[in-house]
Amino acid sequence: MIAVLSRRVCGLLLTLLAVSLLIFVVMDVLPGDPAAVMLGTSAQPDTLAALRHAMGLDQPVMLRYGRWLGGMVTGDFGLSTTYGVPAADLLWQRVAVTVPLAVMAILLSVAIAVPLGVMAAARRGRAVDYLAAVFAQFSIAVPAFWVGLLLIILFATRLGWMPSGGFPGWSAGIMPALGALVLPSIALALPQAGVLTRVTRAAVLDVLDEDFVRTARAKGLSHGAVLWRHAVPNALIPVVTVLGLQFTFLIAGAVLIENIFRLPGLGQLAYQALARRDLIVMQDVVLFFAASVIVTNFLVDLSYLVLDPRLAGRAT
Amino acid sequence: MPRSAALSEPAAGRAADRAGHRAPASRVWLRHPPLALGALITVALAAIALLSLVWTPVSPARMQIAFRLQAPLARGLLGTDQFGRDVLSMLMAGAWNSLSIAASAVAIGTAIGTLAGVAGAARRGLIEAALMRGCDVLFAVPPILSAMMLDAFLGPGRRGAIVAIAVFMVPVFARVTGSAARQIWARDYILAARGAGKGATLITIEHVLPNIANPIIVQVAIQLGLAILTEAGLSFLGLGMPPPTPTWGRMLADAQTYLGVAPWLAIVPGCAIVVTVLGFNLLGDGLRDLLDPRAGGRRGLSLPALEPPQTPDRGAP
Repeated sequence: MIAVLSRRVCGLLLTLLAVSLLIFVVMDVLPGDPAAVMLGTSAQPDTLAALRHAMGLDQPVMLRYGRWLGGMVTGDFGLSTTYGVPAADLLWQRVAVTVPLAVMAILLSVAIAVPLGVMAAARRGRAVDYLAAVFAQFSIAVPAFWVGLLLIILFATRLGWMPSGGFPGWSAGIMPALGALVLPSIALALPQAGVLTRVTRAAVLDVLDEDFVRTARAKGLSHGAVLWRHAVPNALIPVVTVLGLQFTFLIAGAVLIENIFRLPGLGQLAYQALARRDLIVMQDVVLFFAASVIVTNFLVDLSYLVLDPRLAGRAT
Repeated sequence: MPRSAALSEPAAGRAADRAGHRAPASRVWLRHPPLALGALITVALAAIALLSLVWTPVSPARMQIAFRLQAPLARGLLGTDQFGRDVLSMLMAGAWNSLSIAASAVAIGTAIGTLAGVAGAARRGLIEAALMRGCDVLFAVPPILSAMMLDAFLGPGRRGAIVAIAVFMVPVFARVTGSAARQIWARDYILAARGAGKGATLITIEHVLPNIANPIIVQVAIQLGLAILTEAGLSFLGLGMPPPTPTWGRMLADAQTYLGVAPWLAIVPGCAIVVTVLGFNLLGDGLRDLLDPRAGGRRGLSLPALEPPQTPDRGAP
C-alpha cells in the first residue's frame, strides 16, 4: 500500500514538473517583453535594461525557470506587471470566486445526474429512461456559455429575478455572494450533468447484472434496498472517474462563464492577463489550472482505493 | 476524457442488439435511428457550409444600418444584427468556419494521436510510458487556455484555433488507439505474423491499424462535436477567426449587448451549435452501435481510461 502510494505520488510530481516546464517554455517563447509592457512605448533603453535586470529577465532561461518553480513552492508567484502587486495575492482573491463556483457546479450536476441515472437504470426502457437519454444527449451538445446567455435572457432581462452578472464579494455577506453564483453554476453544471447521467445509468445497469445483486434479491430485499444499498455504491467508481476527467472541461467552461457573468474569477484573470500581456500572471494561472486538473485526477485515482478496497491489493 | 467521449448508449441505440451485422443498407438506417439522424444532420450542415462558399441570401458582411436589429421574418428569415447584417447569411458562413476548423483540428489530432498510440503499443516499455505521460501533460491544459497561450504566439486566426484544439485531441486519440492496439497485439494472429518474420512497423500497418479503425472512426465523430464546442468558445472569447469573418461564437459574444432588445441574436447561433454537436454525437453513437456493438452495448463506457488495461479477450473485432 505504502509502495503503491509513493509510486503514485512520484508520478504526480513528475507530471506536475513536466506541465510547469511546458507552460514555462511556451510562455517564454511568446513575443512581448513584460518589462517593456510595464514601461510603455516611450521607455528609455537604459531604464528598460535596469527594469529587466530588477525583474531578473536578463538571466539565463534555466535559472529563471528554477526561480519561478522555487517561488511556486514557497508561495511567491512573482510580481504582476500590470497590477503591480504580487501575483499570489491576485490568484488567491480569484480562487475565492472560481473554487466555490466549480464546487457548486459539481454538486449541482451530481444532484441532477445521479438520481436521474439511477432511475433510468432501474426503469430501463420505460419513459423515464428515454427522457434521461434525451436530456443527456441535449445537455452534452449545449455549450455552457450559451446556457449562461439563455439564463440571463430569462431570469435577468425578462423576469428580473436575478442579477445578470457581477459579484458583490464575500464581504457583502454569504447569501448575496452565493446568489451571484447561482446562475453561473447552473450553466456550468448542465453539460456535466448530461455526461454523468449516462455514466451513472450504464454503471448501475452493469452492477445490476452482478451475482451479489441477485443474491441480495434472493434474500428478499426490496427493489429499492437492492438498488440504493447494493447497486449504487458499487456503481460509484465510473461516476467518480468521469467526474474527475470532466474537471478539465469544468475549468474551460468556467473561463467562459466568468466572462459572461462578469465574475472576478481565475478565468477572467487569465483572460485579462492575456489581453495585457501580463505573462507572469498568465503563466501562474495556467499552471494553477493544469495542476488542479492533475491533482484532481490523482485524487480520483486514490479514491478508488476507498471506494473499492479490493483494488488496493491489485493496484500497480 | 472529453465530455462527449463519455457517451454510453442512448435508449434507442439498443436497436444494435437486434440488428444483424449484415443487414442491407436501407435497413441499417431504419434500425439505427440515431445514426440516420446524425448522418442526416451532418450531411445537411456540410452542404450548407459548402453552399455558403458560393451563395448566401445576402453577403454576410453587408451592413445595412437602416435595417439593424430586425426581428426574424421582419427582414430575412432570421432577422438582422446590430449592423443590419443578415443573420441567416452569417450563420451559413459561420457553419463553414466552424466545420472547417473542427475538421482540420480533428484530422491533425487523429493523425498524430493515432501514430503515437500505435507506436506506443508496438514498442511498449519506456517509449510507451513516456508517450502516455506526455498525453497526461497535454490533457491537463484545457484547450481554452492553450488557445490563449497560442493566440499570443501565433496571433488570432484559423491557425491558432486549429492548433489549440488539435493539441488537445492528440492525447485523446493516443489513448483510444493505444488501448485498442494493445488488445490487438495480444492476439494469436500477431504472433503468427511475427513468426513469419514481419517487423513491428509492417504488423502495425497490415494488422493493427485495420483492426482498430472502428473505434477511431467512432471517436472522430464524437471529437468533431467537441471541437465545434471548443471553437465556439474560442471565437466567443475573440480567440478564433478575426472579424469580419462571421463565427457562431462571435455572433453570440456580440449578442450579449442586445440580450434585452434582440434575444434572437443570442438564441439562433446557439441553436446552430447545438444542432451541429448533436448531429456529430448521434453519428458517433450510431456508428459505435453499428461497428462495435459489444463496446457500445450496455457497458457503454468506452472511456479508454476506464477500460481495464489490456485484457486480450475484450472488445475489438
